[in-house]
This record gives sequence, structure tokens and C-alpha cells, in this order.
Amino acid sequence: MEKDMKNNGMEKKKMEKKRKAKRDYLIFLGFLAISLISKLSSFDLGIRMWDNFLIFAKDMVLILPPSFALIGLFDAWAKRESIEKHFGKTSSPLRFVWSVLLAMTTVGGTFVSFPLANALYHKGAKYSSIMTYVTASSLFMIPMSIMEASMLGIKFTAIRLLASLPFIIIISLLLEKHLESTNYVLPLMEK
Amino acid sequence: MKSLYVVSVITIIVSFIVNKDKTIKGLTIGKNKFMNILPNYLKLLIIISLVLLLSENFIVTYLAQDNMILGLLSSIIIGSITIMPGFIAYPLAKILLNKGVPYMVVSGFVTSLMLVGLVTYPVEKEYFGRKATILRNIGGITIAALIAIITGILYGEVLM
Repeated sequence: MEKDMKNNGMEKKKMEKKRKAKRDYLIFLGFLAISLISKLSSFDLGIRMWDNFLIFAKDMVLILPPSFALIGLFDAWAKRESIEKHFGKTSSPLRFVWSVLLAMTTVGGTFVSFPLANALYHKGAKYSSIMTYVTASSLFMIPMSIMEASMLGIKFTAIRLLASLPFIIIISLLLEKHLESTNYVLPLMEK
Repeated sequence: MKSLYVVSVITIIVSFIVNKDKTIKGLTIGKNKFMNILPNYLKLLIIISLVLLLSENFIVTYLAQDNMILGLLSSIIIGSITIMPGFIAYPLAKILLNKGVPYMVVSGFVTSLMLVGLVTYPVEKEYFGRKATILRNIGGITIAALIAIITGILYGEVLM
């Protein structure tokens, strides 16, 4: 009986999600229509909006499919014990090094690190690991940092990156302390 | 970007040779996760295309202030709201520096631009939940402010 009710709740949630997804797709279609009309009537603001859309859309179309393939494979292969040993409750402070290294090799910044962080968490990674990972993944992107240093100076980039490391770790530990003490659980993504 | 494809293809092939069923299962998980979050990514793209309409002039006017504290505050607020690709953000940062905007303010702008994402909220919320998303972004604002102040000190713009 109790189980039935739980299932019922999950069904409801699923339906709600589907309804929301439908609404979002409709909004997107509306956006496409507005852009098309702007192009046809050479409405400047609409055209600029469409150009802005393309800047990020191009990257996402190229980056997201292979990234999600890798995240799916990670989910299928990664053993809970080894994630716990390197990122979770049986890990040493070295986990911060692994998290930052993982962040540096993540292509696509937070758009990719959010889903991977969620997958890592459900395989047993601690909050401090995934928070360090996500935060570092938006700051430490090798091609971006090279571009920044060449335009704004090495000193500028070096200060920004080196100074941020200790703060990232301290803030991640504080977040972990609070989230663990309130028994917070990250949403489970459907498989 | 190329390396991502090389790594993905090699991983899939190796995984397939070692265990076919597990590979198919993994790729299905990936596909389902992607389809689930796709509407949120589309929403995010629409928000970004609207936010990027904020003209560069607007940003330059607000950041090029005589009052350094106001400049720093605006840099963090504007940086937190918007999101920009590097090839737009860095030339803009360069313009700001050439106009005499302190390194501290530019650092606050660039850092919060990357670290804090009000516009990425629809995606982050799905993976972290509302509470952790809000707390993490507050943490990001704190880090951006601290880094900006350290930059200011090291460039001799702020007196200790």
C-alpha cells in the first residue's frame, strides 16, 4: 500500500516533468518563430538575439552529445568503492587535487560539470569534492586561461587562478558542512 | 574540442570490446539523461541570447566609475547576471583596462562572469536542487569579491 502511494507520487512527478518539458519546447518554437520573423523583416534587435543564441548553441550542439555519452559510460562502469576512495568518505585531502585536475580536463565548463557532478555524487563522492570540481571547472579552462593571459597579462591571470584555489576549497568545505548537517540530498537524475 | 571527440570515440570502442552490454546500457543512460535535461538547456540558451543584448556600452559605463567600491560592486553584479564566451569577455575586459578601469574591477567582472551564473540557474537547479544551487552561487560571489580585492592589492590599487 505504502509502496503504491510512493509509485503514485513518482508517476505524478514524471507527468509534471513531461508537461514542463512540453511547455519549454513550445517556448523554444516561439523563440525560433520570432527569430525567423525578425530575419525576414530585418528587425535589428531580433537578429542580434538570434546571433547571440548561435554563439552558445554551436558549442552546445558540439559538446553536449559526446559529453553525455561519456557521463552515461561513467555511470555504467564506475565502481562505487573507487569513487568513495578518491572523492568520497574514505578519501584523503588528495581528493581536492583530483577534483581540480578533473575540472581542468572538462571541456565545456559548467554545462558539462553539473551533470557529471551529480553522477559523481550518486556514486559516493562527497559534497566538498563535487563543489570544488564544479567551481574549478568554470575557472580553470586551459584554452580560456591562455587566451586571457595573452590579452590581459600573465600576472592578472596568475593572480586570479592561484588566489582562487584556497577559497574554492574553503567554500566547498563550508557548503559540505552545512549540506551534510541538514541531510540535504541532490536530486536523482532518471536513468 | 577535437580531443573530446577523440576521447569519446576511443572510450566507446574500448568499452564496447570489453563489455558490449554494459556499453549499450551506459550509452542509453547518457541518452536518457540528455533528453531529460534538453528542455532546460534550450531555456538557458534563450535567456542567454536575451541577456547578451545588454550592450557593451552599458557595461563600460557602469564599470568605468570614479568610485572604486561602486565599480567593484557593479562589476560583480553585472558579472553574476550575465554569461559570455571568452572571445567576447576578454576583448571587453581589455577595453575596460584601456579606459582606466582598475584591475580590481576587471578581475571582479571576469571572475564573477565565469563563477556565478544567474542565467544557468534552470540547468543547475535540476542537478543540485534549489538550496545547493543558491548556496553555491553565494559562495561564488564571495570568492569573486575576495579575488578582486586580492588583485587590487597586488596591483597596488588598494592601500592596505
